[in-house]
Amino acid sequence: MEQTKTHLKELEAESIYILREVAAQFEKPAILFSGGKDSIVVTHLAYKAFYPAKLPFPLVHIDTGHNFVETIQYRDELVKKLGAELIVGSVQESIDTGRVKEESGFNASRNSLQTTTLLDTIEKYKFDACIGGARRDEEKARAKERIFSHRDDFGQWNPKNQRPELWNIFNGRKNIGEHFRVFPISNWTEMDVWQYILQEGIELPSLYYTHTRKVFQRDGQWLAAEDCIKRCPEEVVIEKDVRCRTIGDISCTGLTLSTAHNLEDIIAEIAATRVTERGGRADDKRSETAMEDRKKLGYF
Amino acid sequence: MNNGYLDMQLLRFTTAGSVDDGKSTLIGRLLYDSKSIFEDQLEAVETASKSRGNEEVNLALLTDGLRAEREQGITIDVAYRYFATPKRKFIIADTPGHIDSTRNMVTGASTADLAVILIDARHGVMEQTIRHSYVAALLAIKQIVVCVNKMDLVDFSQEVFDKIVADYKAMSANLPIGKVDFIPISAKNGDNVVNASTQTPWYTGKPLLEFLETVDINVNSTDPFRMAVQYVIRPISDKFADFRGYAGRIASGVVKVGDKVKVLPSGQTSEVASIWLSDKELQEASQGDSVNICLKDDIDISRGDVLVAGNTTEPEVGQAIAMNICWFRETPLQLGKRYIIRHATQEVQGMFKSIDYKIDINSQEKQTGISQLTMNDIAFVQLKTASPLVFENYHTNKVLGSIIVVDPDTNDTLGAGMIE
Repeated sequence: MEQTKTHLKELEAESIYILREVAAQFEKPAILFSGGKDSIVVTHLAYKAFYPAKLPFPLVHIDTGHNFVETIQYRDELVKKLGAELIVGSVQESIDTGRVKEESGFNASRNSLQTTTLLDTIEKYKFDACIGGARRDEEKARAKERIFSHRDDFGQWNPKNQRPELWNIFNGRKNIGEHFRVFPISNWTEMDVWQYILQEGIELPSLYYTHTRKVFQRDGQWLAAEDCIKRCPEEVVIEKDVRCRTIGDISCTGLTLSTAHNLEDIIAEIAATRVTERGGRADDKRSETAMEDRKKLGYF
Repeated sequence: MNNGYLDMQLLRFTTAGSVDDGKSTLIGRLLYDSKSIFEDQLEAVETASKSRGNEEVNLALLTDGLRAEREQGITIDVAYRYFATPKRKFIIADTPGHIDSTRNMVTGASTADLAVILIDARHGVMEQTIRHSYVAALLAIKQIVVCVNKMDLVDFSQEVFDKIVADYKAMSANLPIGKVDFIPISAKNGDNVVNASTQTPWYTGKPLLEFLETVDINVNSTDPFRMAVQYVIRPISDKFADFRGYAGRIASGVVKVGDKVKVLPSGQTSEVASIWLSDKELQEASQGDSVNICLKDDIDISRGDVLVAGNTTEPEVGQAIAMNICWFRETPLQLGKRYIIRHATQEVQGMFKSIDYKIDINSQEKQTGISQLTMNDIAFVQLKTASPLVFENYHTNKVLGSIIVVDPDTNDTLGAGMIE
């Protein structure tokens, strides 16, 4: 007798295995929850990994204060549904207490400020493993990151001296003060994530589907016309049918012109698209190695 | 929505070689022709290639994303690339092929179902071809595809191709490699990569992509059931007051409700009461599934224990284990030093009692009288563990047959072992 497995089944089984390793190897793990589809899928996988027990991890949201309303609503409903614990690290608080200084100018973003808030939150709650939804297909600096990725006691990533990772044996040993970032969906692609959302019937924030929104264009990107982004006078606000392909903070989330009403539409749209999902992320465009540079300092 | 897309199989393969072999070009072509490279990625690579003075687009820059790699034009370690066709999803573990990167080849091969080995048609079988084949054999990769590349530079000569095939077969006669297929290609021009080439009418096999899409990757479910327990699920709730599930990923075989099982190393027996995948109860589960198994009897089982079929051959349980080992770090392997050994879901202390021989990876000659190992060495060693492990031969069961060696001082992973 021979067995065949579909790719989604195989990827799901691998991710569940990784999540159970985290629960077994660490004292105080947490899921970094952004409200984006990848962290939603990770949370869904964690639910499946430990059923009928509750999630052995709290959800940690690093809140820039520049969120889409829909993200926060979705987050709060999900936490209620799962009976999970929610911990919010506030970038506004980091600014108010002088831990970080807000960027100014037209391209100001709180994206890089999140790193300090994240590391402060990890320190405050003594988290020893932070589970994230990053995927290797997203960005070149992530293509070489380990599934169990070590961080020193400054929260830094050292890409040149990563631990070898073989088979399904994950080495989560560390010294006091160090922690790990764990990426259970490292081997998934954007398409896998969407197919899985469809297969599992996972609910998403309404932002992922087409909606009419006040937007303006900057460097060929559509951005939401919200108060937290400064506009120059020639950046005219108009209404368009758009959706988010990824969700981050408002200031760095590019919107896609789209009429996709449901998951089937989205999958068809992604199959036809010729631009990566991070092509809409202003935070990656700052330099050729922008992601690596942020990650070295402790970014997600 | 095409439902076929949800039913794809997953093939993991490794490629070893250097830019000179045309490996980046081949991967670039597979990704590009399957529309897995996006316009913004291509533009970024084009810009980066130009700024480095490369005349052609350097597709290696797609995977060599780290600052140091881009500055020095080197590949630091394994890069993972993803692409899909309507038939299958593929994960490529792309490893650098130079002499000092045996450890990276081993890492890439550890999760691969298949290895693609490139040979430059002008140069024929080289030392590095032997190295790549040896690593594939060591890691028990059952299928090798030898791509004889740059056929355009030898006028698509059947004679050249046939000679390389014969040389390869002669060279690999002593290696325990599985099935080998040979494909004449030109990665640069696309011959026999995605489409069959009109330049090679004498070649009757499949082009590479079609080969990868159709090669048999089914696992044999007649293997006996084994599952290492990862985690014990005990919900503290009224609804599931007595629930006690043993969570793990099935290493081999099939398990059904009602099957007799044995727990190792304790030797206690019981019967499968229920099998869960999240909130769904299953009648059976098989190799690769991450499940949660409840037993009829209340026995003491914890992380690291192994559930096995009750009525077949059993894995070995012991503290003296012989293995092939690949060393990864400059810190040498020292005999008699205490290391941490990770095996399946178990962690124990261990020390190496002897190095029987070191293998010269190019000639496969065995060197004896060795007292320590250093980076990229491969050797046959004897390990002694502080408590028993439940293990099998690596070629029988990769999960129960593999270990990693961890440095108790730095917690770094130092080496990887394949149990004999």
